[in-house]
Amino acid sequence: MNDVHDTLTAVVREVCAKLSGAEIRARADDGGWNAPLWAALEELGMTTIAVPEEAGGSGGTISDAVAVLQVLGEHAAAIPFAESCLLGGWLLARCGEPVPRGPLTATVAGDGLHVVRHGDKVGVRGSIRRVPWARQAEHLLVVHGAGVVLLKAGEFEVLPRTNLAGEPRDDVLVDRSLRADRDLGRGLTEASSVLDEFQQRAALSRAALLAGAARRALALAVDYAGEREQFGRPIARFQAVQQHLAAMAGEVLAMRIAVDAAAVAVGEGPDVLAVAAAKTTTSGSAGVVASLAHQVHGALGYTAEHPLHRTTTRLWAWRDEGGSEHAWAAALGRRALGAGPGGLWALVTATEAGR
Amino acid sequence: MTTATSGRERLDLWQLRPAVLPPELDQVRAKVRAFVAQEVSSGRITTRCDQWLGGWDEAFSRRLGQHGWLGMTFPAAYGGAAAGALARFVVTEELLAAGAPVAAHWIADRQSGPGLLRFGTEEQKRAYLPRIARGECFFAAGMSEPDTGSDLASVRTRGTRVAGGWRISGTKVWASGAHRAHAMIALVRTEARTADRHAGLTQVLIDLPDPDVHIRPILLLSGEHHFNEVVFDDVFLPDDRVLGAPGAGWQQVTSELAMERSGPERVLSTFPLLSALVDRLASAGSEASAPRLGALVARLWTLRQMSLAVAGRLEAGAAPAVEAALVKDLGTRYEGVVIEAARELGGAVPDLGSADPVALLLAESILHSPGFTLRGGTNEILRGVVAKELGVR
Repeated sequence: MNDVHDTLTAVVREVCAKLSGAEIRARADDGGWNAPLWAALEELGMTTIAVPEEAGGSGGTISDAVAVLQVLGEHAAAIPFAESCLLGGWLLARCGEPVPRGPLTATVAGDGLHVVRHGDKVGVRGSIRRVPWARQAEHLLVVHGAGVVLLKAGEFEVLPRTNLAGEPRDDVLVDRSLRADRDLGRGLTEASSVLDEFQQRAALSRAALLAGAARRALALAVDYAGEREQFGRPIARFQAVQQHLAAMAGEVLAMRIAVDAAAVAVGEGPDVLAVAAAKTTTSGSAGVVASLAHQVHGALGYTAEHPLHRTTTRLWAWRDEGGSEHAWAAALGRRALGAGPGGLWALVTATEAGR
Repeated sequence: MTTATSGRERLDLWQLRPAVLPPELDQVRAKVRAFVAQEVSSGRITTRCDQWLGGWDEAFSRRLGQHGWLGMTFPAAYGGAAAGALARFVVTEELLAAGAPVAAHWIADRQSGPGLLRFGTEEQKRAYLPRIARGECFFAAGMSEPDTGSDLASVRTRGTRVAGGWRISGTKVWASGAHRAHAMIALVRTEARTADRHAGLTQVLIDLPDPDVHIRPILLLSGEHHFNEVVFDDVFLPDDRVLGAPGAGWQQVTSELAMERSGPERVLSTFPLLSALVDRLASAGSEASAPRLGALVARLWTLRQMSLAVAGRLEAGAAPAVEAALVKDLGTRYEGVVIEAARELGGAVPDLGSADPVALLLAESILHSPGFTLRGGTNEILRGVVAKELGVR
């Protein structure tokens, strides 16, 4: 399994290194996306990792997708990778539908969207807030109370919005009457479990991106501390700076292990404990890593000119996406409170309570 | 311009992967858990915090030995079960989480035994390992000295060559349990210091008690007696009391660090307090505490995965010292965070004389807390180890 990961990540790393030049980046940072990177990864079959081959995907595990996501997070890659394979592709496969080429996105309908079946039609009306990459997506999957609706580009209106990092998080308006076969939920036995699993996958995806971005923030800080000279020596020679860097490394390693362990757990089936712990850890550590990275970089890192902000704005954005550490911690805390006397240890170890 | 594919990418640090516990260890865990529950319910042991320092119970250690839960990683020929690091991980985390008294055998089981197994002569292994595995032979560690703390290579205790052996003179401090241990492995200087300050150090085995070894208590701030000052007054040790090669002491000591610094004891010293706190809040129906508790559970889950991942590397034969340093830095700080959360949420005043478990465990935890981030290498030293790996030191 590790060999597969190493090969996968090496390939993605290489593609990212080639296709994240300044010109492409500049466009992506302006609310656009990295179309060449998407095309290259799609060509390699990467964009449907973890989607079963029967559904037209590339197969592989959630851990494979999570390994790739960490590399993409490290490179601040502006593509809807998680939305396509771990969310949209998974939803389509789950509903027994083939997975089309092109970028997908997927979201959960809020109170603003109404999906009504009438005869051989399904009416989809209202708005959905902050849909990742809606303006680029060729297909939009919406998890709603009773199932999943498939919308195609052109069938919804996009109001451009962005997250703190300038990534598209668009508001979407829909007012359509579509053929009933767009309501994919019919094949689903338990719509509520799909919603739970979707939210876990969304959180795990952002956790993986965060782990990758944090690693990049550390690499930038280590390099900068080695280059920047004050008092006649590199600032890395100062113990105070070394302690900051080591503290960052601890958080970065914690984020990475949490994400990898959660991916292994979720590979066996939905696992709210592992996902909640991983997202709480990564979102919580993201702020620490971003602060320390900026502290080490001094005023230069605070500028638009220096690339650090591409990473730290993503840390600040992604920690709130897919559920913040506070939201997931509350869910986890409620489980701890409900674990029964002496039940906390069994909860943490995911074992049978035996005391 | 920096790229994410610089040399740093090949750092060993990033090779750490989660370890998945094999299903057969579920049975081991269930047995340990049931055993400890039985020990508690029968009143033979009581749940406390930081029991790997404070919980000296020789009879309990022998019962663990009877179940085959000490020296588990030793080969069968030396009384062990030839189990891997992951099996030992499961057993120790169950004992620690329950707050069971594991101090008597702790040093022997964690480091002296594995050190003997790795560097000892056949005769030494036969003399000690089966007794360690039976819970009948306890060890103390002789590392720090009055003028040697974080800078371990500065030890001054001397081993002087004499006919047929060595004469040892000097003073060791903080030696937990030395007043009750059957033996100590001490790090001594056997050659004059040179430019290579790590050269010329040797590990020696000293049986205790010994008329020329004077052991005096150093009381903790709580008044408890765990630490000792151990004075070697020209102690004669025959050649067969050297562990490993003379002069190789530094390499031998540092090879154990991954094991010594990464275990679940670096995370769980205050777990009994956390568990009691959750029970208290649950019975009070305190929904408002959920986010704070959830954050503690999430961090614990992650730290456990990190500790487990290091155990997985140990099982594979690696010695991931830097990863272990990070586990210890994060884990021991977490042990303190639990205390602060318990103060915030627990509604109890810390009190060693209280019948209220939260008040009692809180008091014990606070009074033991200074040690968490000191023992086994201060956290500042550990971050120095990490900084070196990052290439900035």
